[in-house]
Amino acid sequence: MDRTTTEWNVSLNVRASVLAVLILLLSLGLWEGLNHAPSLGGGEQLSEYEQLLAGAEESAKVPPPSEILVRAWEELSDPFYDAGPNDKGIGIQLGYSLYRVLTGYLLAAAVAIPIGFLIGMSPLMYKALNPFIQVLRPISPLAWMPLALFIIRDSEASAIFVIFICSIWPMLLNTAFGVAGVRKDWVNVARTHELSSLKTAFKVILPAAAPTILTGMRISIGIAWLVIVAAEMLVGGTGIGYYVWNEWNNLDLTSVIFSILMIGVVGMLLDMSLAYVARFVTYAE
Amino acid sequence: MSHAFVEVQQAAKRFPGASKNAPPLTVFENVSFQLQKGEFVCIIGHSGCGKSTIMNALAGLDQFSDGSMVMEGKEINGPGLERGVVFQNYSLLPWLTALENVRFGVRARWKAWSERQVTEHSMEYLEMVGLKEVVSRKPSQLSGGMRQRVSIARAFATKPKLLLLDEPFGALDALTRGVIQDELVKIWTHDQQTVFMITHDVDEAILLADRIFLMTNGPEARIAEAVEIDLPRPRNRAEIIKHPNFYKIRNYLVDFLVNRSSGLRVQENEPKGLYYPTPVNPVHVDSTTEALTNLPETAPVTEHEEKLVKFTPKEIRHG
Repeated sequence: MDRTTTEWNVSLNVRASVLAVLILLLSLGLWEGLNHAPSLGGGEQLSEYEQLLAGAEESAKVPPPSEILVRAWEELSDPFYDAGPNDKGIGIQLGYSLYRVLTGYLLAAAVAIPIGFLIGMSPLMYKALNPFIQVLRPISPLAWMPLALFIIRDSEASAIFVIFICSIWPMLLNTAFGVAGVRKDWVNVARTHELSSLKTAFKVILPAAAPTILTGMRISIGIAWLVIVAAEMLVGGTGIGYYVWNEWNNLDLTSVIFSILMIGVVGMLLDMSLAYVARFVTYAE
Repeated sequence: MSHAFVEVQQAAKRFPGASKNAPPLTVFENVSFQLQKGEFVCIIGHSGCGKSTIMNALAGLDQFSDGSMVMEGKEINGPGLERGVVFQNYSLLPWLTALENVRFGVRARWKAWSERQVTEHSMEYLEMVGLKEVVSRKPSQLSGGMRQRVSIARAFATKPKLLLLDEPFGALDALTRGVIQDELVKIWTHDQQTVFMITHDVDEAILLADRIFLMTNGPEARIAEAVEIDLPRPRNRAEIIKHPNFYKIRNYLVDFLVNRSSGLRVQENEPKGLYYPTPVNPVHVDSTTEALTNLPETAPVTEHEEKLVKFTPKEIRHG
């Protein structure tokens, strides 16, 4: 029984991997093939004009995957070089972005989780603060940028502020939701054991709401990573968002595509690490 | 009158009427009773008569609209560690293991104890309910019966002066229920705590209780009678049904619940003052009251049997 189950699992995983690799190869093959499709008529003599252009195409094409792989190899084999403000390694750029995201995100968590707790515990605070949250939450984080630049007068700090403001809402609302939804029975257990409010908060409500809070944190880190790219395109200077825009200005599409892929990979890693943490606080009822 | 261990006087629970001018809905009123120290009291009544409200009020989790509760000369005002509660749905904290759940209670009770002391004390009670092997499992990995045992262990381990059990076996199958009832008897014999328990199961009440409070149907329910169960202890499920008085008691209780509980209302001419439930001993009232005249012991009427089935669907039905 067990044996067949295991076999089935393995074979499913193997089959899925094979399929994924096939899809990858197929799409890369198509991409590569379409890029290299000979624009020259079969076996015909080159015209003088074509000879002058040495076979180059008239319209620029998206670079093929082979070029991107080569570029990726170059970049990733020396990710931390620094050759001036306009030429830094991908590692350095990602490092700047991560630093901003994590700073803004952790500040947001430090504010959102206690306030969320308060809102979740007290119907009064919920009713009093809800209108503010409802108005502030739908504002695109980038809309804050001019105001932040004016008040803070520092582009670096403004970017961090934008991350802060965009990641605060999911954490705030999820914490409030999780805290308000803690089963009455569990709170009663705390009450019948004469736990103080502080002990009730830490020993019963926090562990009970932790999975919901972690879900909010996971949503927030995803949004923060989405927003940092746009914020850095605006602010400039350093970071992966700036890097993408800078390479576009350089008309280096190979680097643009490579950095898009890196944004995806780092975003995935951020999400995975929070999913890993969430495993420690989830419980089955 | 104030010598009783727990004293509830003229308690009532009312809810505001549906509309502004409607009269308030009275669930129960003029409920008074006493619990003696070391006594095991069960309370039986149909749904909606306010049993759970009485229990939650004693636990400090709910409040009466009227009336007073005194325990050992002190008014009951809010929850406290001297009153332990076992809820029907176990109320274990699902992120803690069985041992940690019991430790949670013990730690709250004796704050000065060392970690080792807390663990040893908790283990002792988990062993008493036969869970020594599974203490490191989380509630989700335990069966319903095991969870309720953990809950019972947690409640008894804190050694409350009054233990409140809110239909603790309501969600369990008959076989599991029997086993845990025996364990409850064992652990209660060990500690001799005062227990107040809600149940829907007549047999369970007879097995466990010294006295059984019978409640009339709500609204405006009250505790009509306090039936004394003087079957010899220690009792166990297999032996107790052979006792000559068992069926006399059982029939009396079932008759009350099936036939009389809906008819008994607060009488117009009833004194308004303090009113304690009438003490009854079914073994002695046999021929003198009219209560049993419509329930011949020898040949149960089929119609009556049907009502029985409706009333206690989960109980173990003997013979």
